Amino acid sequence: MTALLTIEDLVVSYPKKGFRAAPFRALKGVSLDIRPGETMGLVGESGSGKTTLGRAVLGLAPVESGSIRFDGREISGLSRRERRALSSDIQVVFQDPYSSLNPSMTIGSILSEPLSARGVSESDARGRVAELLDDVGLPSDAAQRRARDFSGGQRQRIAIARALALEPRLVVCDEPVSALDLTTQARVLDLFIEIQERTGVAYLFISHDLSVVRHVSHRVAVMYHGEIVEVGNGDQVTARPVHPYTQRLFMAAPVPHPRRQEVRRVERRRLIDAQRTPSETTSAAAL
Amino acid sequence: MIRFILRRLLVGLVLVVAVSALAYALLYANSDNIARRILGQNATTELVARKTAELGLDRPLWQQYSDWLVHAVQGQFGRSWFTGELVATGVTSRLSVTLSIVLGATILSAVVGVVLGVLAATRGGWVDRLVQFVSILGFAIPGFLVALGLVLVFSLQLGLFKATGYVPPTSSIAGWLSSVTLPVVALALGTIVVVAQQVRGSVADARERDYVRTLRSRGLSSRRVVARHVLRNAAGPALAVLAVQFVGLLGGAVIVEQIFAIPGLGQLAVSSTVKADIPMVMGLVMATAVLVVLVNLVIDLAQAALNPKVRLS
Amino acid sequence: MTEYAAAPVVAPTLARQSLFRRLLRNPVAVAALAFLAVVAVVAVVGRWIAPVDPTLSSLQLVVADPSAAHPLGGDSAGRDVLSRLLSATQISIAGALLALVVALLVGVVGGLIAGYYGGLLDTVSSWLTAIVMALPAIVVLLAARAALGPSIWVSMAIFGVLLSPAFFRLVHVSVRAVRDELYVDAARVAGLSDARIIGRHILGVVRAPIIIQSAVLLGIAIAVQSGLEFLGLGDQAVPTWGGMLNDGFAQIYRAPVLMLWPSLAIGLTSMALVLVANAARDELERSAPRPRARRRPAAVSDTRADRPATIVHPDDSRALVTDPDVLLRVRDLVVAYDREGGGSTQVVKGVDLDVRSGEVHGLIGESGSGKTQTAFAILGLLSSGGHIEAGSIEFAGDRLDEAGEGSYARVRGRRIAYVPQEPMSNLDPSFTIGSQLVEPLRVVLGLSRGEARSRALALLERVGIPDPAHAFAAYPHEISGGMAQRVLIAGAVSCDPELVIADEPTTALDVTVQAEVLDLLRDLQRERGMAVLIVTHNFGVVADLCDRVSVMQSGRIVESGPVDAIFDHPEHEYTCSLLGAILEDGDARKPLESHKEITR
Repeated sequence: MTALLTIEDLVVSYPKKGFRAAPFRALKGVSLDIRPGETMGLVGESGSGKTTLGRAVLGLAPVESGSIRFDGREISGLSRRERRALSSDIQVVFQDPYSSLNPSMTIGSILSEPLSARGVSESDARGRVAELLDDVGLPSDAAQRRARDFSGGQRQRIAIARALALEPRLVVCDEPVSALDLTTQARVLDLFIEIQERTGVAYLFISHDLSVVRHVSHRVAVMYHGEIVEVGNGDQVTARPVHPYTQRLFMAAPVPHPRRQEVRRVERRRLIDAQRTPSETTSAAAL
Repeated sequence: MIRFILRRLLVGLVLVVAVSALAYALLYANSDNIARRILGQNATTELVARKTAELGLDRPLWQQYSDWLVHAVQGQFGRSWFTGELVATGVTSRLSVTLSIVLGATILSAVVGVVLGVLAATRGGWVDRLVQFVSILGFAIPGFLVALGLVLVFSLQLGLFKATGYVPPTSSIAGWLSSVTLPVVALALGTIVVVAQQVRGSVADARERDYVRTLRSRGLSSRRVVARHVLRNAAGPALAVLAVQFVGLLGGAVIVEQIFAIPGLGQLAVSSTVKADIPMVMGLVMATAVLVVLVNLVIDLAQAALNPKVRLS
Repeated sequence: MTEYAAAPVVAPTLARQSLFRRLLRNPVAVAALAFLAVVAVVAVVGRWIAPVDPTLSSLQLVVADPSAAHPLGGDSAGRDVLSRLLSATQISIAGALLALVVALLVGVVGGLIAGYYGGLLDTVSSWLTAIVMALPAIVVLLAARAALGPSIWVSMAIFGVLLSPAFFRLVHVSVRAVRDELYVDAARVAGLSDARIIGRHILGVVRAPIIIQSAVLLGIAIAVQSGLEFLGLGDQAVPTWGGMLNDGFAQIYRAPVLMLWPSLAIGLTSMALVLVANAARDELERSAPRPRARRRPAAVSDTRADRPATIVHPDDSRALVTDPDVLLRVRDLVVAYDREGGGSTQVVKGVDLDVRSGEVHGLIGESGSGKTQTAFAILGLLSSGGHIEAGSIEFAGDRLDEAGEGSYARVRGRRIAYVPQEPMSNLDPSFTIGSQLVEPLRVVLGLSRGEARSRALALLERVGIPDPAHAFAAYPHEISGGMAQRVLIAGAVSCDPELVIADEPTTALDVTVQAEVLDLLRDLQRERGMAVLIVTHNFGVVADLCDRVSVMQSGRIVESGPVDAIFDHPEHEYTCSLLGAILEDGDARKPLESHKEITR
C-alpha cells in the first residue's frame, strides 16, 4: 500500500533576528510517511520541532531542502495559488481553541468560509454547515452564535468541523487536546477516532503527551532536537521504547497511581544512572 | 554597551542625512519660483535667470545637494539670502532660548506627568477620574489656545508674569524665570496629560503582572513592590512617549515663541518662511533633526539602562 | 472560562449593535456628536448663509462692536466677523478633512501591505516612518510654505502624509498581531486568498480603531492648520479660523474679543472630536471579548445551605505517618469577585481544607473549579476585585482572613510561601535573578547584603542550578523555563516557610523537566519538613508527591482523603469520572489492520 504523505530529508530553517545571525534549524533532515486512514502520532518536548513539521506539511513553514509528497506529488514550495487548491486535501486543527476561531465571526460563517472560497453556493453551504455541526456533536443553532459563547471543548469541536468541511484526506492536528480538561480531552479524542473510522481520514497527530498519542495513534514517531529518533507501532514505541531519549521521556511521565508511580520513580532513577555512560553524559545534561 | 551606542549613533546619522536629502529636494526643487520670490513678481525673465544662476540653482539638484552636504559636514550652511547672516550663527544664537523653553517643558511634563499617572493608577477612585477628566481637556484643546488664555489671564489681567519678550538668564535670573514660566507651562500642559495617561496605563499594566504577586508572596510590602518593581517596568513605555512628545514640543515652541514674542528658533523659522529664506529654513530643519536624534539617543540609553533586554539585543 | 463560558455573560446582541448606536446612549457623546453635526452643516452651507461677503471691508466696521446688522461686530480690516466665521468653517473643515483622507490612504494601505507581507517592505516603511517622525510637523509645514508658497490645500495634503504614521502604526501593529493568530493560519489552510483574508479577518479588526483614530487626528489637523494660519503663514485671501485668530491676536490690546469666536470654534470642535473618540473607545473596550479570564470563572451562585457534604476518607497507615497537627485550617471559605455593574460572582463556594504540618496535600480539579482562587485566598493575594466573602482561614492558630495587610506581610514569605505556575512571567524581567532572591532575604529576615548573597547562592546550588554564580548575575530571559522554575522554588523556600503553596508548579514544563522538578520538590519537602499544598489538574503529579488529596469541583471540595483511598476507592461520582478519563492505563491503539507491520 502506498503512502498518502511522504516526507524525506526535510530541513526547515527560520532566519534569526539580527544581522548575519545563523538561521535556526528547526528540522534537521526528517523523514516520515503516513498511509491513508492512519494516525501518525508525533511526540516531543517543546522545541523538538514537532509543530514545525506540522506547519511544513501545511505550507506554513519555510522549507530549506528535502521533499514533502502528497499522493505522489511534491507539495513543498508550491505557489499560494497551487497551495489553495490543496486545501481540500490537507486541513488543520490547532492547539489553542481560543485564538484559532475569529472572535468576531459567527460559527456559521467560520464553517462556510472554506466552502464559499471554493464556490459552493450559500444554501448548499448552509446545509453542509448543519451536517458538520451534527457530525461533531454540536446543536444546529450553534451556527448563529460566536466563538466566545462556547467552552474550550466545544470550540475544539468547531475547529474539527472546520477542518472536515472540505472532506480532506489528511488533517494535521497540532496539540488539539492539550488545552482541554481531562474529561473533555477524552471525549474529543474519541470524536477524532470516530470520525476517522467513518471517513477514512489520516491524521498527523502532534502532542507532547505520550498517553494521548498512545490512545489515538496507529504508529508513533518521537522527535528530539529537530530529528525523529524513533518510529514504530504505538504499543511498541510507547511501552517498549528502544531509543534512550524515548526511554527517558517514557519514564519521566508520572503514572497516575501512587504505588505504581513509586515503582516508576525508582525505574527512572535506575535508567538515568544507566544512561549516564560516558557517551550519553552530554545529551543527558542538555535536558 | 559601546556597540549599542555606536549602532544607535549610526542609525541617527543615517536618519539626519535622509532628512536633509528630502528637505533639500523639497526646498530647492522649484528653482524658478525661488528667484522670482526673491526678486518680486515684476522681475523680468532675464533677471530671474541671472539670479537663479547666481544662487547656483541652475545646476542639477543632486549636484547642488552634494555640494551642500560637503559644506554642511564642515559646518558651513551658507548665508541668509536676505540679511546675509551666517545660517550657522543665526541658528546657534537662538538655540539656547528655544532649548531652555523646550527642555523646561520636557522636564516639567515628565515630572508632573509621572506623578499624576502613578497617583491615578495606584490610588484609583476620584484621583483617577480627575486625572482622566483633565487629560481629555488637555488633550482636546490646542496648545496655542491654552497659551493665549494664559497670556490673557496671567499677564494682561493679573500682571503676574512678563507677557512678551525674553530675558537671558545671564542678565537676570528672576527676569528669565518670569519670561519663560508661562511659555513653558503653556507648552507642557498638553504633554503632561499624554505622559500621565501613558504612565497610568503602564503602571496599571505592570501591577497586574504575575511577578508582582510572587514578589508579594515573598513578604515584600505592596508599596515596596510598586516603588521598586512596578515603576521600573512602567518606565520604558513612559520614556518612549516622552521621546515622541519631545518632537511635538519642538513644534509647539514655534507657535508659543510667536505668542510670547520670544526670539528663538521658532521666531526665526516663521520670519524666514515668510521671506522664503531657503538657506535659513534648511539650516533650521537640520538643527531640529539633529536635536530630535540626540534626544532619542539619550532616551534609548535610558531605556537600555532600565531594560536588560534592550541592552543585550 | 472553559465549561462555564457557555452561559453568556455579555449578551451576544451587544457586539452586533453598531458602535454608533451604542454611542447614542452616552449623553456626553450625544452632545459632542450634535455639536459636530452643527459644525458639519455650517461647513456645507456656511458660505451661502453668511449675511455679508466675508472679504468685503468697510471703514465703519473696523473693530466695530456688535450691532443688529453685524451681530459679532467687525474685524481689524472692517470685515463682518459672523460672515467670516461661517465661511471659515467650510475652509477649515475641508482642509482638515483633506489631511485626514491623505493620511488614511497612505497609512492604512501602507500598514496593511507592510503588516501582512512583512519582510523588506516592513523595513522600508519603518525607516520612512522614522524619517517622518524625526521632524515636528510644523517645521516641515514651514519648509513647505517657504518652498511652495501659502496654500492651505498643499499644506494640509503634506500634513496628511505627516499624520499617516499614526494610521500606519495602528494598522501595522494590528495586522501583525492578527497575522500571527491561528485563525488566520486556519483561513490560509482553508484555501482563502490573501485579499479575502485581509478583507474578512484583518480589516474587521482594525476598522473601529481607525474610526476612533480618525476623530482624534481630525482634531489635530484642525489645531495644526489653525496654528499655521495663526502664525500668519496662511493664504490671507481665504477666511479660516486660524487666520481670524491671527487678526484677533494682533488686536489683543484693542479688542481681545476678536479672539473669542475663532478660539471657541477651534476649541469646541477639537474637544467634541476627542470626546466622541473617547466615548467610542470606552464602548469598544466594554464590549471587547475579555482576555481569557481563566482565573475568574463565572460561576452560578447558589446558597450554601444545600451544599452537599464532602466525602472524607479515614486516615490509612500511610497518611498517619505524618504529624497530625493541623497547620492550615480553612473553613467554609467563600471567595467572590466583583462583577462589572454591581454584584459579585462566587468562585469558591464554601471550602473546608486541612493541611497538616509536614504533609503534601494535593488540591486537584479541572480548570474553573476554584482551586487556584482558594490558594490565592490563603495567601491573601487575590486579584483586584476579589475578596473573601465568608469563612475563615486559620494558620498555626492565627486567623489570617482577619489579619490586616501588615500582619499578612509578616506571614508571607517567612511562614507561607508560594511557587507559581508560569516560571517566566513570575520573575521581574528588569532585575537579575540574584537581586530578586536577595531582596526578600534582606527585607524579611534582615540579613546583610553579604549574608543574603551567600545564602541565595547556596539556595541556587541546592535547587540544582549548575553554575549558581552565573545564574545569580543573569536576567530572567537568559535562563530556560526549567531553570526559572527552580529559581522560583529557591525563592519560595528561602525564608524557611512552614507551608509552601505550589500552584500547578510543573504544568508549564516539559515532561522530563517536570520529573526533575517533582524530585526537587519532594527532596526539599523531606529535608525541611515543611507542609506543601500543591494545586494541580494532573493525577500523575498527585500520585508522585501527595500524602492526602482534596478533589475540587465548581468551587467546592467534593472528596478528600489519603492518596491511596482516593485512587483505589473513589466514592464521589465526579472523582470517578476524572479517574475514568485518565488515558495512561488504556491499551495503545492497534496498527492499521490493512497493512503489514512495518517498523524501522
